[in-house]
Amino acid sequence: MSKPSVLIPIVVFAALVALLGFGFRLSDPRLLPSENLGEPIPAFQLPNLLTGRLMTEADLTGEPFLLNVWATWCPSCVAEHDALTAIHTQYGVKIIGVNYNDDVDAARRWLEQLGDPYAFHVVDAEGTLAVDLGVYGAPETFVVNAEGTILYRHVGVVTEGVYQDTLATYLAQDSMGGS
Amino acid sequence: MIVELGHFCLVIACVLAGLQMVLPSVGLFRGNLLLINTGRSLASGVFLFTVLSFCALTYAFLTNDFSVAYVARNSNTLLPWQYQFSAVWGAHEGSFLLWTLVMSTWTLLVANFSKPLSDEFRARVLIVMAGLSVGFYLFLLLTSNPFERTLPFYPSEGADLNPLLQDFGLIVHPPLLYMGYVGLAVPFAFAIASLWSNQLDVSWARWSRPWTNAAWAFLTLGITLGSWWAYYELGWGGWWFWDAVENASFMPWLIATALIHSLAATEKRGVFKSWTVLLAVFGFSFSLLGAFLVRSGILTSVHAFAVDAERGQAILWFITIVIGGSLTLYSLRAWNLKSVVGFDKSGRENFILANNLLLTISAAVILVGTLYPLAYEALNDGAKISVGPPYFNAVFVPLMLPLLVLMAFSQRSQWAATDLRVLVYGQGRLLAGSTVLGVGVALLLGALDLWICGIATLAFWLTLNLGMELRRRVKGRQAPWRRLLKQPLAVWSMVIGHFGIAVVALGIVSAVMMSEETDLRMAPGDTATVGDLEVKFLGTEAVQGPNYLSDQGRLEVYRAGQLLAVLQPEKRRYLASQSIMTEADILVRFAGDIYVALGEPLSEGAWAVRIHIKPLVRLIWIGGVLIGLSGFLSLLDRRYRVRSVLREKKISERQGSETAYV
Amino acid sequence: MRGTFVVIGLLMSILAQATPVNPVEMPNDTLKARYYDLIAELRCPQCLNTNLAGSDAMIAQNLRETVRRLLLEGKTDAEIRTFLFERYGDFILYDPRWTPQTWLLWGTPFLFAVLGLWIWFRINQRAYQGPKALDPEEQDKLKQLLDKG
Repeated sequence: MSKPSVLIPIVVFAALVALLGFGFRLSDPRLLPSENLGEPIPAFQLPNLLTGRLMTEADLTGEPFLLNVWATWCPSCVAEHDALTAIHTQYGVKIIGVNYNDDVDAARRWLEQLGDPYAFHVVDAEGTLAVDLGVYGAPETFVVNAEGTILYRHVGVVTEGVYQDTLATYLAQDSMGGS
Repeated sequence: MIVELGHFCLVIACVLAGLQMVLPSVGLFRGNLLLINTGRSLASGVFLFTVLSFCALTYAFLTNDFSVAYVARNSNTLLPWQYQFSAVWGAHEGSFLLWTLVMSTWTLLVANFSKPLSDEFRARVLIVMAGLSVGFYLFLLLTSNPFERTLPFYPSEGADLNPLLQDFGLIVHPPLLYMGYVGLAVPFAFAIASLWSNQLDVSWARWSRPWTNAAWAFLTLGITLGSWWAYYELGWGGWWFWDAVENASFMPWLIATALIHSLAATEKRGVFKSWTVLLAVFGFSFSLLGAFLVRSGILTSVHAFAVDAERGQAILWFITIVIGGSLTLYSLRAWNLKSVVGFDKSGRENFILANNLLLTISAAVILVGTLYPLAYEALNDGAKISVGPPYFNAVFVPLMLPLLVLMAFSQRSQWAATDLRVLVYGQGRLLAGSTVLGVGVALLLGALDLWICGIATLAFWLTLNLGMELRRRVKGRQAPWRRLLKQPLAVWSMVIGHFGIAVVALGIVSAVMMSEETDLRMAPGDTATVGDLEVKFLGTEAVQGPNYLSDQGRLEVYRAGQLLAVLQPEKRRYLASQSIMTEADILVRFAGDIYVALGEPLSEGAWAVRIHIKPLVRLIWIGGVLIGLSGFLSLLDRRYRVRSVLREKKISERQGSETAYV
Repeated sequence: MRGTFVVIGLLMSILAQATPVNPVEMPNDTLKARYYDLIAELRCPQCLNTNLAGSDAMIAQNLRETVRRLLLEGKTDAEIRTFLFERYGDFILYDPRWTPQTWLLWGTPFLFAVLGLWIWFRINQRAYQGPKALDPEEQDKLKQLLDKG
């Protein structure tokens, strides 16, 4: 080994430590970035949970709203239900539900018991809409503007804190800049 | 009370390790032999108190003391006692206590089985090990105390050990793996001691070789066992997934494998001195990196512990200080080291050089693949990428193929220079013979696949070369067979170890290329044909285990109308956590495992059933065990027993009798 | 928050640990083989580090079904990968795509191999300097050490 090359190991090591140290500043490795921000809601044709009427993406536009993916088998969805109710009643936010991979009867009973803050729900029994949305675990909540463009995605339980800190900002951003 | 004593013992162990680091250092500084030798007795103290501490935690588990937070999280009254025992190392805190126990064990062994070393050198080795231990104890006490209480409100029942871990595998895999990981601290300490005392000669290589072989053998067995455990426990028939944590154990293994070879070259021929020191540092660095990856949570892994960034940062600081310091010391010392190439192209040294380059590059490539997602995210504004098995297979296999070829050739090489006639003698015939055998194996397996033919040929070629080397050693002598048995164990170790590689290679290529996997719906009475076998599903029945309820399936396996076995895979629901586990059942045959697992119950009593046929998959673990055993075998070689002969000599000299120099 | 998420994640992964068995009906063996190959090389987006084949998570079930549906629609493997990539990004592909951001990943093995070959040739180029035994100083030292034992 020529002399300066004995320094190679320590230089490589320093770079490695820097990278590992930087690893702590990165987001949770289990949170995936959303691939469809700025894109329109994917096309779908799915029945309404309560009426059974076929709905499409065209039924969603008109005003900004939260698109919430939920299911009765998802324990965290129970946890966020109260928060969604509060967000709807206190701030008048329109929330649309995607009932994901669920038993329709169980879902209806669930809404009867816990109340229904949603404008309506579509039934995504096969998970096709969820896959098109890039959902990877319920609950997930999307902020969508009046034109039906996805602005933001929140993975995990929505709380009032989450609403005030992030979701509300995106909803407001839409009405301010919204053409 | 016992729990508090356990905690206290851990504190004492930490303090003693601190003394073990400081007192001999002072002794070295002052030239005080009494202080210099305190390291040895303190090693016993550190070990004793760590054992006591470990026993205290075990006691807490066996007595279901849920006032201890760690016990409450990882045990349950229904848990069978042998798993309560192994649950001690079932999660982060306890497993790190095991880590310190293993560290104190190695330190104790080094302190007591290093008689050939000079007092000063041994003291330096022990100081380095004690320094590492202090770091480990502080980490345990300050960030991961396993004795923390949940008083005054403690749960009446524990949350249970992760059902995946309720298995024989947890009892043996972590201790073996940790013996390997932590064992690499010994060659590391020897290397640092030699840098510190500026004695970069061949003696450190000689004395650290048996320790390195031992640590490497443990690591080999640990990884082999882990792979086997994953195979039968995870329920999808895989035995290696290139997961970050699997890679974290494989990288130190690759480096340690390079190290045992370069240590041999350094000891025998005085070559690669500076490189060997560096490898010893690398080996332990990769061990620490593994600990970091498992415990920091910066990468996702199926094997990671519940993680905590603070602990990860503490380990990263430790790594920075220990390895950064070591590499700085290395740079200072190696700066003035002159390197001379003292061997011919045909010498064994050159093969070892190639071996070292290939193994180190493999480890580096795996490191890049494992950490690339981090770099990618850092450089691409949070975008995420996966680097998985397709990548690792694509880059790792091309590095292993030349290694296999060189391995076959190198068996007959000699130090310094090999007569080319010896090296190539009969290679043409051997290659022809192994091609016939390789193609034969492929035909027996039922596919003239190029990969199988190629790898099997290489495996046989390596094996035949090993045979030729043994033959060369006894040829022309009287009673060659008896002579064969009298070959030094080091030779047998080398032969068995490399034969193990051939076995593993054959197992891997067969399992990868020839596995038949089918998932199907089976109603009671249904028969499925898989390969040359017929599998009949008889239905399931409810079975109650100690802490789970289970649906146990019954499947009869027939071959040509003959009943081979009745397999009973299970679908278990563990009571405490309500988690569902798949217990595969496996019929082990030489021709290949028949692996059966139950999926979901479907309508009308039917089940989703997975049936795999994995030809020769056993060879992977049989080969792994052979490789591990070869490491232990080398320890029994006469060379390492020489020291006891020398000791006797010393005693006899003291008594005034005259003994010839050995 | 991050801590909780990881704990929840672990819980999910444990619950999803019962490895799925996927008895799919496929019109022919080629399609079936392609199906199993694809679900083995695509990553479950929700799990710790498992492919679609190895996960019981709801989304993994949906994605397996998606793969099956696309295969039956006659899509090629590349089209199926693209379909999922558009929705889940690079994360879902265990086999990283060749992009400017992954040149380094795919390039380093070659770089290292070339470097290794270069080192090997360079050392081999140097003249053979005779079988170098231990120099006298080293022999003395070794002897001393041995004697001490």
